[in-house]
Amino acid sequence: MSRVDREDEEASLVSPELGKTRLGRWRISTEALRAYSMVIALIAIWLFFQWRTVSDLYPYGLFLHPVNLANLLKQMSVTGVVAVGMLFVIVARQIDLSVGSLLGLAGGIAAMTQGWGLVPSLASAIIIGIAAGALQGSLVAYLSIPSFIVTLGGFLTWRGVILYLSKGETIPVRLPVFRALGVALLTPASGLALAAIAIAAVAWLTIRRNRARRRHGLAAPGVAATATRIVVPTVLIAVFIYMMNQQGGVPLPVIILLAVAIIGSFLTQSTTFGRYLYAIGSNPDAARLSGVNSRKHILVAFALLGALTGIASLLHTGRVGSASPDAGTLMELDAIAACVIGGTSLMGGRGKVSGALLGALVMASLDNGMSLLSVENATQYIIKGAVLVAAVGFDMAGRRKS
Amino acid sequence: MITPLLEMRDISKRFPGVLALDRVSFDLRSGEIHALVGENGAGKSTLMNVLGGVFPHGTYEGEIRVDGEVRRFDGVRAAEDAGIAVVHQELSLVPEFSIAENIFLGREPRRFGVIQIEELYSRAQRVLDELQLKLEPYVAVGTLGIGQQHLVEIAKALARNARILILDEPTAALTDSEAEVLFGILGRLREGGAGISYISHKLGEVLRLSDRITVLRDGRTVSTEPTKTLDTQRVIARMVGREVAEIFPKGRRNAGSPAGAEGEPAESRFHVFEARGVTVEDPSVPGKLLVDHVSFSVRRGEVLGIAGLVGAGRSDLMMAMFGAHPGRTAGEFFVSGSRVHIDQAWEAIAAGIGFVTEDRKRFGLFLDQTIVANLTLAALKRLSGPVVTHPDAETAAGQRSMKDLRIKAGSVFTIAGTLSGGNQQKVVLAKWLLTEPKVLFLDEPTRGIDVGAKQEIYQQIDRLALEGLAIVLVSSELPEVLGLSDRILVLHEGRITGEFQREEATAERVMACATGHVGQRISA
Repeated sequence: MSRVDREDEEASLVSPELGKTRLGRWRISTEALRAYSMVIALIAIWLFFQWRTVSDLYPYGLFLHPVNLANLLKQMSVTGVVAVGMLFVIVARQIDLSVGSLLGLAGGIAAMTQGWGLVPSLASAIIIGIAAGALQGSLVAYLSIPSFIVTLGGFLTWRGVILYLSKGETIPVRLPVFRALGVALLTPASGLALAAIAIAAVAWLTIRRNRARRRHGLAAPGVAATATRIVVPTVLIAVFIYMMNQQGGVPLPVIILLAVAIIGSFLTQSTTFGRYLYAIGSNPDAARLSGVNSRKHILVAFALLGALTGIASLLHTGRVGSASPDAGTLMELDAIAACVIGGTSLMGGRGKVSGALLGALVMASLDNGMSLLSVENATQYIIKGAVLVAAVGFDMAGRRKS
Repeated sequence: MITPLLEMRDISKRFPGVLALDRVSFDLRSGEIHALVGENGAGKSTLMNVLGGVFPHGTYEGEIRVDGEVRRFDGVRAAEDAGIAVVHQELSLVPEFSIAENIFLGREPRRFGVIQIEELYSRAQRVLDELQLKLEPYVAVGTLGIGQQHLVEIAKALARNARILILDEPTAALTDSEAEVLFGILGRLREGGAGISYISHKLGEVLRLSDRITVLRDGRTVSTEPTKTLDTQRVIARMVGREVAEIFPKGRRNAGSPAGAEGEPAESRFHVFEARGVTVEDPSVPGKLLVDHVSFSVRRGEVLGIAGLVGAGRSDLMMAMFGAHPGRTAGEFFVSGSRVHIDQAWEAIAAGIGFVTEDRKRFGLFLDQTIVANLTLAALKRLSGPVVTHPDAETAAGQRSMKDLRIKAGSVFTIAGTLSGGNQQKVVLAKWLLTEPKVLFLDEPTRGIDVGAKQEIYQQIDRLALEGLAIVLVSSELPEVLGLSDRILVLHEGRITGEFQREEATAERVMACATGHVGQRISA
């Protein structure tokens, strides 16, 4: 299993695999095993729903039908954007319970300021998000108030503010572009163009990385491995675009989520800021003694989460078509659950954007699938709760063994 | 002959890579105080942890007999049930609980599972009366001073009807008058037939109080003799009585002289780092000074050793000079002659100071991260662009460090927590070398690592000094300080009590200063 073994050499500098796990005669890095088992679990969930949604109208099942898949992804994009922000905060060993309320506040403000024009309206949501995040972050970082308490306060306060401002009323979205953020589809042609760009980018990045490794005298993957690394994403991108084009095009919120994910991935894996976040979360004392300005970086992490919550509020409000004062209720728990299911440790120092996205996809699939099957609301909560605890339970059991 | 109250025979205890106790024997008679002395790391606390059940039966070799019967403790509780109580250096009290609740914690008088509050307090009052402690049982422990808290800890031990009492540095945190109270209590307990094992660095106290003294050194028993036949000099001689081992680098540097600058008068040699009037206040006891106006300087290419016993304030001094002490600090710092402001670790790093901390797992390493992520963190500003990291440059730098310091690991992507102690320590050292410091503080650089790794660290220290780095070396191991330093400062209770040039330093003289006898102070 030379290819799998080489995962060790390919490990990223942060949030690496914790040793190796023996699987029969294969030795795989535990981190890789974890990612694979998550993907397998997701596929199992999908196949289950596909099987259960077989009907006369949809003889092959409804769940994976392009129209439903697009719906699922639109739902997921809101949680996904928040989850990427939540990852920054959790990696630094903090938590934010206020994002659901903040999402309601930011979306409401954006809807209320539509009269000022499109740009001020959209900007106001993001600015409110940044301001609230920075305020909470500074209380946590500079006054040393535990983030659980600060953001529990925010959870109540932001919800109160939007209830007060909106007087409890739901405000419709009137600006077409605002609405489009949540529902618009890319034309099939631009979808194809995007796919071509993405595939070219994957190929270029893979080849460039191989060259860089050789230049520094590090082992680079062989031709077959390199080809796999290019072909697999290419197929996935092609299938994705094809399916979305079948139902009219790629939804705009999904594109926004992907953009956020790419930026988030870059921030965590390729910047000093990201490195410091992992260090702070892994060992705050050692980070401080290594000269890391922990306070500043914690503040920035909260502000970034605020900004992303602002963006998510626009996607959500646009998709629903109106801003209701109770929008975003329980969103904080969905975002935290997405991170945790995706392998992020609440003890800090461990977690990846890709994992958080996968976690968000698992949660959205459960939501969507159970709704298709007309599972009662009460049962849905119970199942989602059980899945969350079970996912982390398996993870802990796996870690102990390795 | 009467059966001793307690007998420990041929106790051996092994930690990964270290033989902490090597067939140590120790006994305790009814009605005696038997002192246990030795340098830091000699194995005193380990021996008492074996006795107290902290290391359960099966994790050590040898035999423990109480009243002549072989006993096998599977935990602290079993040892307590056998009448053994250990008062550790660190307090095990709940600050929010009252004195009475603390004394009976886990053994509250109960009826049908309900705590009998009145009985709890009346029994606590009786314990305090017996000890003649003027404390109210309902007062929260957190409101007491540290000294009084230690007395409560002792009351807690005695309330378990302990016949064998082990005190680990009981007077370290006590004022003189509190210590007198403790000595009174111990005297009465001895008359009452208890056996007391007394661990202390303060030899004056030990000689005055004890009936017998056992000296441990490097995990072995050196001697057990009646106190009457001993004095300070003899005890110190037994504590340090070993040759400075061969493991120190042979090719000696010229003490304090930078490469290529020989023949210069000592005064004009370049002072890379200077500290003036460093004072540190204990964050938990306002007014108590952990470090009291310490001033010194270190030259290019010089290894300055700082000796002293546990609690002398060595680590507090290092932390304060690195802007990382939690207590209030004062003092002026100069790097290469110019004054620098150090209030945060990054200011110290920017000024050219590196700091290999004492507790590498807590303060030094990111155990769940890769070697290279550990290595480059402190120097990330230098190795990265303004925003984006350069992973390949980091990997290359990491590989160079691994080669330079001979870190043994699969690759730079190996998880730091999976390395041996010696290799972990080399990672921490390499991390600071990547910041290209002018002066390097080393706090216990060889704690908990095996002899081979120690030797390699010694060679690195020697090499770095030869290359011109100024090094401040703190170590509890006297041979280490004597073997590596060009000059030695001795700290005792936060003050400098002695300063020696390499050739005039002997283990006896340094130990005398470390135990509070003021030695010579040669102005540098």
